[in-house]
Amino acid sequence: MHGALPATDRDSMLAPRAQSLLRFFTCGSVDDGKSTLIGRMLYDTNSIFEDQLEALERDSKKFGTQGANLDFALLLDGLSAEREQGITIDVAYRYFGSNKRAFIVADTPGHEQYTRNMATGASTAELAIILIDARKGILPQTRRHSFIVSMLGVRDIVLAVNKMDLVGFDEDVFNTIVEAYRELTAGLGFAHVVAIPLSARDGDNIAIHSQRTPWYRGPSLLAHLETVEPVSASAETVFAMPVQWVNRPDLDFRGYAGTIASGEIKRGDEIVALPGARRSKVARIIGPDGERAQAIAGEAVTLTLTDEIDVSRGDVLASTPHHLKPRRNMDARLLWMIDAPLAPGRDYIIQLATGTANARIAALHHQIDVESFLPRPTQMLTMNQIGLVSLACDKPLVMADYRKDRELGAFILIDRLTNHTAALGVIEPAVPTAAEFNIAPAVEPSFLARIATRMDASDIALSVALSSGVYVLTGNQWAAGAVLTTDVILRPLIAELRSRTRARVEGGLDDGNESGAGI
Amino acid sequence: MSLEHLRKLEAESIHIFREVAATCERPVILYSIGKDSAVLLHLAMKAFYPANPPFPLLHVDTTWKFREMIAFRDQRAKELGVDLIVHINQEGVRAGISPIVSGSRLHTDVMKTQGLKQALDLYKFDAAFGGARRDEEKSRAKERVFSLRSAEHRWDPKNQRPEPWRLYNTRKRPGESFRVFPLSNWTEADVWDYILQENIPVVPLYFAAPRPVVERDGALIMRDDERLPLLPGEEAQIRMVRFRTLGCYPLTGAVESTAATLPEIIAEMRASRSSERQGRMIDHDGSGSMEAKKQEGYF
Repeated sequence: MHGALPATDRDSMLAPRAQSLLRFFTCGSVDDGKSTLIGRMLYDTNSIFEDQLEALERDSKKFGTQGANLDFALLLDGLSAEREQGITIDVAYRYFGSNKRAFIVADTPGHEQYTRNMATGASTAELAIILIDARKGILPQTRRHSFIVSMLGVRDIVLAVNKMDLVGFDEDVFNTIVEAYRELTAGLGFAHVVAIPLSARDGDNIAIHSQRTPWYRGPSLLAHLETVEPVSASAETVFAMPVQWVNRPDLDFRGYAGTIASGEIKRGDEIVALPGARRSKVARIIGPDGERAQAIAGEAVTLTLTDEIDVSRGDVLASTPHHLKPRRNMDARLLWMIDAPLAPGRDYIIQLATGTANARIAALHHQIDVESFLPRPTQMLTMNQIGLVSLACDKPLVMADYRKDRELGAFILIDRLTNHTAALGVIEPAVPTAAEFNIAPAVEPSFLARIATRMDASDIALSVALSSGVYVLTGNQWAAGAVLTTDVILRPLIAELRSRTRARVEGGLDDGNESGAGI
Repeated sequence: MSLEHLRKLEAESIHIFREVAATCERPVILYSIGKDSAVLLHLAMKAFYPANPPFPLLHVDTTWKFREMIAFRDQRAKELGVDLIVHINQEGVRAGISPIVSGSRLHTDVMKTQGLKQALDLYKFDAAFGGARRDEEKSRAKERVFSLRSAEHRWDPKNQRPEPWRLYNTRKRPGESFRVFPLSNWTEADVWDYILQENIPVVPLYFAAPRPVVERDGALIMRDDERLPLLPGEEAQIRMVRFRTLGCYPLTGAVESTAATLPEIIAEMRASRSSERQGRMIDHDGSGSMEAKKQEGYF
């Protein structure tokens, strides 16, 4: 099937440039064929130049694992160590396009010891392709990657069931895997899971619908990627801009440069400079093309204000009213990324948007087993492990729940001695009010057990007991379960359960989160 | 409402420029005069407008660049009012290093890689912007936006800091420095589309014109001055050619073309079936050669 391209695909190289951009990434277990899949997509969209193809032919003979055939993985595995070992170590970015769209794809490693690189690729993606070898079905890595994809807020999934040629393009094999995957990920908050039977090596259902899967009625992979409109990564719509750089060329001009994290801003809008409470109005908006009347999320702009107020890097300009709360203390999920383990009590540098502070690990609540999705008690986190921590910063930072705000909800921790990036983190929601708790219905106990939450082991029993109680009262588990299969709704419920537990047990209030009190 | 493709790339690059300005002590733009450098400079002007970029341009001159490149460089710096530092590895000049007698590998190492390290050390720059793109070459595809170099300027590809979201860890120890690549996520096509959209001046060598060339080892080499000796029986022919990339003229192959305008260049590039680095003689020392050069400090 090599090179069997319809003329329309070849013509697409000459068409006008794509107007929209999709960032996605591939992940899966070792040898599921991720690099081969991307290589095949590049090949099928005519994105490989002839001299690169010649180099590929040479390299395929020297390093290839596909016998006489082209080994597309060698297009991607650019480091010598990767080519020698035949594995992907580091995330690689590739660029291709059709007449409908430009694509940036991150090819991420499958090996567990490179999970941090996989998470890095996921952090900027709008869609994830999760590869499964049809012969092997769901593997521990599939669970681990799906969990991390969920944690990093990717809501659109392509379940690519690869190597269908090696199972005779058997529909039953495909359906069994898809059903198992849907059950596995029901609590992970995915908006769409589109399953496609593939052979990346032979090109089945990559660019065109394969005649070897007549039972499959869905789109080819590229057709899906060209048309999918991913669920917006950031649901936040209120204007916020972390100040990156104060532009002061002379006494007459003082501008605040930054990339708009969310919402939009117009000339004359009232803003507040957080974490303080100083207010002013937008005098001028300077965009990449000069002066303008308004700007939207994602744009890099410079704002001037009508009043001389003190604003510096790390502050966040926000419209009024807003709901951003500068906080010193927060709960967050961490993915640990360095050899030296995380230990409670240590200090790190936190970098959140353009703000930095010293952050102490006030508590390590638990580690999350990313294969069972269950919390486990632990004293430390080692490389590639995920855990729930409470952080205490030495000054307030403007932050938000990561699920609602991918810009102000994400951070890294930096080791003070080595300067290594020690962890990536996502901010958990602040503890909700009792009113929010009351609207949350019952949930099947096994859901609670399967999703990763901020619960300690002792909390699980109580949560299950409580939710069972609610179930007895409402009598409608399935309705409740359907609503609650997204972790967005589950988490506040559990947070509330936990804080109630503590309140009851300790006779005091949960002090894990505060709102602006530390200013 | 969302931004279209080029606007997203532009915003990302401007963000990177500002991050460096805010967190590094002595940044510099490594200006190589080509199309990528032209876009880099254009974005830097936007990032800090109405101020000028708070850092100079550095050109590491191998003394073998096309004459039109040098003229263009000086004119652009003057027009924009930016500081331009030109550094030549004088040790290399004294040793008589040239692409003709020393070969491409030694010439590139001494005049470009060593010259760059000398200049970075001399001026104590701690962050150097480069126009490299990840789509250029496989080992570049693995490089970070902020690429940490040791005090000896070495790159350690196996020990790169993870770079999630756009949270760039800009901390470093004394002596260490960053290579920063604001165009990491741009493709060759994006660069040309942006040059057209923004009307950015580029060196005329990118446009087809009658030029004196000799054919050697399948490449068309322009005889830019008398230093390129003609081999026995060889004579320069005038052909209609242009360049996809620009470097040292004896090491840069021209392509036959009639594309004399930006839209014609873009149309030709889309139809092309070979990559832009094909004309670069220095890349052809085996698939791992760029990675090896980069580890030693090549940009």
